[in-house]
Amino acid sequence: MAMIQAARPKRKRTFMEWARSRDGQKVFVMLAFMIVPLLLLFVFTYLPFAEMFGFSFYNMKYVGARKFVGLKNYMKVFQRDDCFGALKLSLYYMVGSVVQLVLALYLATVLSFKVKGGGIFKGFMFFPYLINGIAIGFIFKFFYTRGFVLDTVLQWCGFNLENLPYWLKDQSINNISLVGTSVWRYFGQNMVLFIGAIMSVDSELYEAAMLDGANKLQQFKYIILPSIKTIITLNVIMSITGSLSAFEPPYVITSGANGTGTYFVVMHEIAHTQQKVGLASAMAVVLLMIIFVVTILQKLFFKYVFKSAEDEDKNAAAKREKKLARLAARKAGK
Amino acid sequence: MTVFQKIGKYVGIFLKYFSLVFFSFVAVLPVVSCVITAFKTDTEYQQTNVMVLPESWLNFDNFVQAFQKANMSKAFINSTIILICVLLISTFVGTQLAYVLNRFKFPGNGLIRNLFLFASLLPGVAMQVAVYEIMYNLGFINSLIGYIIMMCGTDVISIYIYIQFFENIPTSLDESGIVDGASYFTIFYKILLPLVKPAIVTSCILKGVGTYNEYYSANLYLQDKKLYPTVATSLYTFVGPLGSKYNLICAGVIISLLPALIVFITCQKQIYSGLTSGAVKG
Repeated sequence: MAMIQAARPKRKRTFMEWARSRDGQKVFVMLAFMIVPLLLLFVFTYLPFAEMFGFSFYNMKYVGARKFVGLKNYMKVFQRDDCFGALKLSLYYMVGSVVQLVLALYLATVLSFKVKGGGIFKGFMFFPYLINGIAIGFIFKFFYTRGFVLDTVLQWCGFNLENLPYWLKDQSINNISLVGTSVWRYFGQNMVLFIGAIMSVDSELYEAAMLDGANKLQQFKYIILPSIKTIITLNVIMSITGSLSAFEPPYVITSGANGTGTYFVVMHEIAHTQQKVGLASAMAVVLLMIIFVVTILQKLFFKYVFKSAEDEDKNAAAKREKKLARLAARKAGK
Repeated sequence: MTVFQKIGKYVGIFLKYFSLVFFSFVAVLPVVSCVITAFKTDTEYQQTNVMVLPESWLNFDNFVQAFQKANMSKAFINSTIILICVLLISTFVGTQLAYVLNRFKFPGNGLIRNLFLFASLLPGVAMQVAVYEIMYNLGFINSLIGYIIMMCGTDVISIYIYIQFFENIPTSLDESGIVDGASYFTIFYKILLPLVKPAIVTSCILKGVGTYNEYYSANLYLQDKKLYPTVATSLYTFVGPLGSKYNLICAGVIISLLPALIVFITCQKQIYSGLTSGAVKG
């Protein structure tokens, strides 16, 4: 019986049979489950992405006739002072994000060890992350207003109101004020990420380090830092690209007035107020290019840096094990 | 221990708590000053310094006024509708996609993952120039449904949280389902979905807070502020003639952040763990 069946050539299945079989069901489920997310991804990410490239070669508004202008929009991006020059402001945001990361790392390290009321401190510092952008705008307009919150607190500390600048009007300081709000909003979130990473470190490592007589600083340098470097790298990359595309603080607090208009604030204004969609698209494309280049460079850089660091780690780990073994041997000898 | 070491230890402890208290103070000061001002009457606000405590902590007039002036009852209704729809749709879509990507091997699996990952690198504001055009052509400007559909779009972090979770569920469960003759739909809905509940809670909280707080897209696509205010955009009422009545504005701000505060206090753990798990993979 079995012989006969095996010898018979395989009959082709009809479509209905195939659809009822396991394989058919599999394909069916895959299609059913993936079509919606892929459609959404296409319509709201990749289609606009492609369209934006197209727009950047046209002189156009959202409605009405379009005129092909070639690379003129791109030339304008580099020529107009308000476009490319605005990228200079991202330096402020980069410095801010460095401060933010260092601060978050410090606080995360402190909070990862036993601290009285640690949960409350953590909660206080994290909460700003959950406030909506426009509320933050109002809160800080109020905070920085002449004679209001910040000025009052500084006066408590002994400063004289007359010596204090206008935080949002004075062009020498207003960008720093805005960066401050961004640091205020995100340092708690960074801190929580770092705490999560530090907590995932094997606690035996700390015990081993204690045995070795390592102090807190050494523990930080040799145990915590190497084990959370992935997440630090990730955050550094995100914060640099984030600085290039800084948008919210100036948009909600000063609307880009008094020299606080970052690249994206200018772009938003050009796109939605002046309706120069082509120029705005060109601006977006230019910045995306810069972001890609920067991301790739950073990835390469960190790959190189951490590769050498990893070798060092291995050496350190080997040394640590030797030391532990020696210690154990001595104990056993006694 | 020598005297110096002892002194050093106490200085260390002092510095530790000092920095914690200092930065906590910095974090809450702007919000606390807002709370103080929100309880002041108009004359009180004009005559006293902003950091002087209000006469009465029971003066809720500003809150009532802000709530009415900014049409917040409507805003809360809209925000709730948006929130429920977005969370429902994106949970279904996200878990289903993660299930397929994790359980089935097929050509293009890696490509799809990378497409989602790449999408998360694109800064949202830059894309809005072209997304606006598409929303316009779809007739989705000033449409609650259109806005909801857009908000359900790419959400890499929750997809990655789900994929990670599916990885930890043994495939033997699926196989036993197959042996029993269950279809893939049954396996997904009856066996796997209940098991990913913790991940769903986590990503819903994150996505929920994000959706509730979203004001840039809401402002762009729900332009008719009378018909479609959300809690975030309703605060725009205070830009303009009311712009200097900070006792009113502060009350509005406090109302708008209360829901986030309540969620935060009740679900702290899930928020922290959700952030961490999303970031490590993403």
